[in-house]
Amino acid sequence: MQSPVEIVQHSGGVIGVSWLMIALPLLGAAILLLGGRRTDRWGHLLGVAMSLAAFVVAVVSFVEILGLPESERRRGIELYQFIPGVADMGLLIDPLSISFALLITGVGSLIHIYSIGYMSHDPDRRRFFAYLNLFVAAMLLLVLADNYVALFVGWEGVGLASYLLIGFWQFKPTAAAAAKKAFIVNRVGDFGLLIAIFTVWTTFGSVAFGDLSGATVSGAIGSGAASQGTITAIGLLLLLGACGKSAQLPLQSWLLDAMEGPTPVSALIHAATMVTAGVYLVVRSGAFFEAAPTAQLVVTIVGVATLLAGAIIGCAKDDIKKGLAGSTMSQIGYMMLGAGLGPVGYAFAIAHLITHGFFKANMFLGAGSVMHAMNDEVDMRRYGGLFSVMKVTAVTFIIGYLAIIGFPLLSGYFTKDGIIETAMEHNQILGWLAVVGAGITGFYMSRMIFMTFFGKKRWADDAHPHESPSVMTVPLVILSIGSIFLGAFLILDNRFMKFLAPAVGAPEELPAFHFVSTAGLATLALVAVGAAFAWFRYGAAEVPQVAPRGSFLTTFARRDLYGDALNETLFMRPGQWLARIAVFVDNRGIDGLVNGLAATIGGTSGRLRRVQTGYVRSYALSILFGAAVVVGALLYVGNM
Amino acid sequence: MTTHYLVLSALLFAIGGAGVLVRRNAIVVFMCVELMLNACNLAFVTFARQHGNLDGQLIAFFVMVVAAAEVVIGLAIIVMIFRTRRSASVDDANLLKY
Amino acid sequence: MGETITFWVLAVVSVSAALGLVFSRKAVYSALMLGVVMLSLAVLYAVQDAPFLAAVQIIVYTGAVMMLFLFVLMLVGVDSADSLVETIKGQRFWATIAGLGFAALLALGAGNMVFAPAKGVGGAVQEAGGNVPALAQLIFTRHVFAFEITSALLITAALGAMVLAHRERVRPKATQRDLARARFTGPQPSPLPGPGTYALHNAIDMPALLPDGSVSSKSINRVLARHDQEDGVKPTDPAKAALVKQVIDKDVAAEEDVAATEAAHQEDAK
Repeated sequence: MQSPVEIVQHSGGVIGVSWLMIALPLLGAAILLLGGRRTDRWGHLLGVAMSLAAFVVAVVSFVEILGLPESERRRGIELYQFIPGVADMGLLIDPLSISFALLITGVGSLIHIYSIGYMSHDPDRRRFFAYLNLFVAAMLLLVLADNYVALFVGWEGVGLASYLLIGFWQFKPTAAAAAKKAFIVNRVGDFGLLIAIFTVWTTFGSVAFGDLSGATVSGAIGSGAASQGTITAIGLLLLLGACGKSAQLPLQSWLLDAMEGPTPVSALIHAATMVTAGVYLVVRSGAFFEAAPTAQLVVTIVGVATLLAGAIIGCAKDDIKKGLAGSTMSQIGYMMLGAGLGPVGYAFAIAHLITHGFFKANMFLGAGSVMHAMNDEVDMRRYGGLFSVMKVTAVTFIIGYLAIIGFPLLSGYFTKDGIIETAMEHNQILGWLAVVGAGITGFYMSRMIFMTFFGKKRWADDAHPHESPSVMTVPLVILSIGSIFLGAFLILDNRFMKFLAPAVGAPEELPAFHFVSTAGLATLALVAVGAAFAWFRYGAAEVPQVAPRGSFLTTFARRDLYGDALNETLFMRPGQWLARIAVFVDNRGIDGLVNGLAATIGGTSGRLRRVQTGYVRSYALSILFGAAVVVGALLYVGNM
Repeated sequence: MTTHYLVLSALLFAIGGAGVLVRRNAIVVFMCVELMLNACNLAFVTFARQHGNLDGQLIAFFVMVVAAAEVVIGLAIIVMIFRTRRSASVDDANLLKY
Repeated sequence: MGETITFWVLAVVSVSAALGLVFSRKAVYSALMLGVVMLSLAVLYAVQDAPFLAAVQIIVYTGAVMMLFLFVLMLVGVDSADSLVETIKGQRFWATIAGLGFAALLALGAGNMVFAPAKGVGGAVQEAGGNVPALAQLIFTRHVFAFEITSALLITAALGAMVLAHRERVRPKATQRDLARARFTGPQPSPLPGPGTYALHNAIDMPALLPDGSVSSKSINRVLARHDQEDGVKPTDPAKAALVKQVIDKDVAAEEDVAATEAAHQEDAK
């Protein structure tokens, strides 16, 4: 077992100025938001430039990291000491964070470029780019931060950006509601993360990743400074935070609604980057999870449950974006499963995360291209036969499709099979469930392809599909190239695992990739069955333009596994009742008491004031009575 | 004899007090107040004789001075009220109330 | 013995006068009754070895204060007697109770006390060589500070009375010129026509004639016109008859108005 290496404090080179990665997009967002309409004409170009600049910094930093010996590949950069020794702000550039930074800035830049075309008709394009830049800055802060508090700032920043972008078309009530829903569901997760950070602080006296190595945690358990229960609690609370951000069960309900946002947002935030922050958090907190097997087991269970749930939901959705969103849930479930499997799993999880970032962004942008061509129609039942009309989009989409279902030698094949095989070694049940999930993936992705690009044309009357401009297709091509080769590049020869080892540790014996294995063959077989089934249902057969009623299972899946109904019954309605009771108690009880008291005093005063008649003789009479009483009392006392 | 004087003083005082309560003409009310002051003076003088001490007479003298000042101001106020309201009834000046 | 007789006579007189003060309807009578009480008390002071106070009582009270009261009474008006109807509910009843109770309390309190034979102020008076010097000695020695304060009080009272009774002129006094202008800008520059102008008879029942020979409606005597009408006498001149009728009708209408208003008031009162 190889542990992560120590962090080396560093200030030179490009790594020394790697804070520019965060600062540049943030500056872009600030200029675009504060500049207002004046920046309308060139705002999108500035946004793209800032994103590309961050990408360049990331690439150079990455090259610098590669040039360092393995033991010095974790670089800490101190930005400033907030409270010296207690709350420092710094960045941590290590293989893990630089991988994320490359993904975020790389895919992010491509999506920025794509958005120029996609949003060209939107009057608020400048604001859109400002939010995108804000998102990139926050996401980079999240992954580059060297402590949990700064991570949390980024965590909330991406939440804010996500909220703003889901609700970007806020004139649509559904979009506004979806934005609020995402924000509120994320609050639940953030609550868990906050409590976890507090617990870490009270237990270890530090929130910096450098101070929280596996040795520290096991040492604390050994010396009795932290109980096993505390570590497990920290792990579970971190998992809760991860579940909220990554749309894992039971906090999955917001992701499907989040598709109300513009498609580039769905691609960047709700497929490629932000939703994977939960996986990053679990991997980054590996020290806690490795010391808490229970928490680790829960992570894998949540991962498997979500991958199945997402896959089932994906089977029933006719909205192309929601289908992809279900798929995203499912794929993040795979990553979460990998993240719960220790160092080997980490490498596969992050590798799958990166390849998924490519092929899912590829497919989302492809979906956006299709929608662009079909007058923003999202119902796949109104597509069909689009292959001949928009060849570039179709080919790139199909490459992404083959990658996600694990077609041999494409990206998904390597990374997903890696996770499944590791899971199989770890726990047969989890492994086989993951295999089943892969089979379902084969079905629903094939369904999507057949319904969209093949079969009869079921277009709306006014639809005139056309290929998108090259500013949109070029990113698709680049992403599809990544979808093809990235997996093989990362997994073969354990390249990525070795690269990540300084950051997350690695097993003594690196696993060899088996091209032929039981799990791999079973997966391929099931995927083939699923694809074939999809062909019979949606490729060969006629697809009705209006969704048939469907079986119980279909309804179950269409309703997102009754997740919203469950939330409503369990939380919303009791909450409403509680609020109503509180209102009742406030109106009748507390207000009644207060108003009653006031009315009593008011009424009494109203009667008492009648004593003030204004007649001086009445007053004189009371004075005389008073005098008589005084004289009487004096006489009485005197005679005693 | 002291007791007699004191009882007379008490009677005059009480009559004055009752007059203040029942009469409405501000000037008559004032006269009743003067009557009460005079009743007090009688008591003072009586006590001075009882105790063989001239202080009582002296206080009576001061009471007269104060009463004179009071009458001056009081009557000026009555005249002013009469000028503005054409009435000397104390019941008419009853605006300061609930 | 002499003191006893004096006391009893003056006690009866002063109590009766005090009661008269309270119960007389006319304020002037009340004032006179108060004068009687004050004079009686002055005599009682004198009887009780306080000759200086007796003199001051007569000079200050009956002389100055009473005059002030009468003066204000005349200023306010003495023509009307006060209404003795009580308007505040229960005031008279409770005033009686309070008055009697207070009197009983004080009288019983005083009557129950047992006094040693009075010492009399003779000793102190003889020492100073007279009542006035004795009082003067006290005033200018032990009580000099209080005495000075009373002087301040009196000055303040005098100033206060002047301020209170003073009335500021809010507009300049009207000159003859002003009066003339007011008259000529008004509706009637000339005096109202007196009866008999341009008339054959110098009598109040003859209305004035305007220069054109017609009757001025302003000069018709309403009272006489009504009487004539009741007696069935009608003016011979038809123009004058129409005018008289006009005036009488106006009068009758005004009276009906008044009657209606009064009826409405009575309704309201009910």
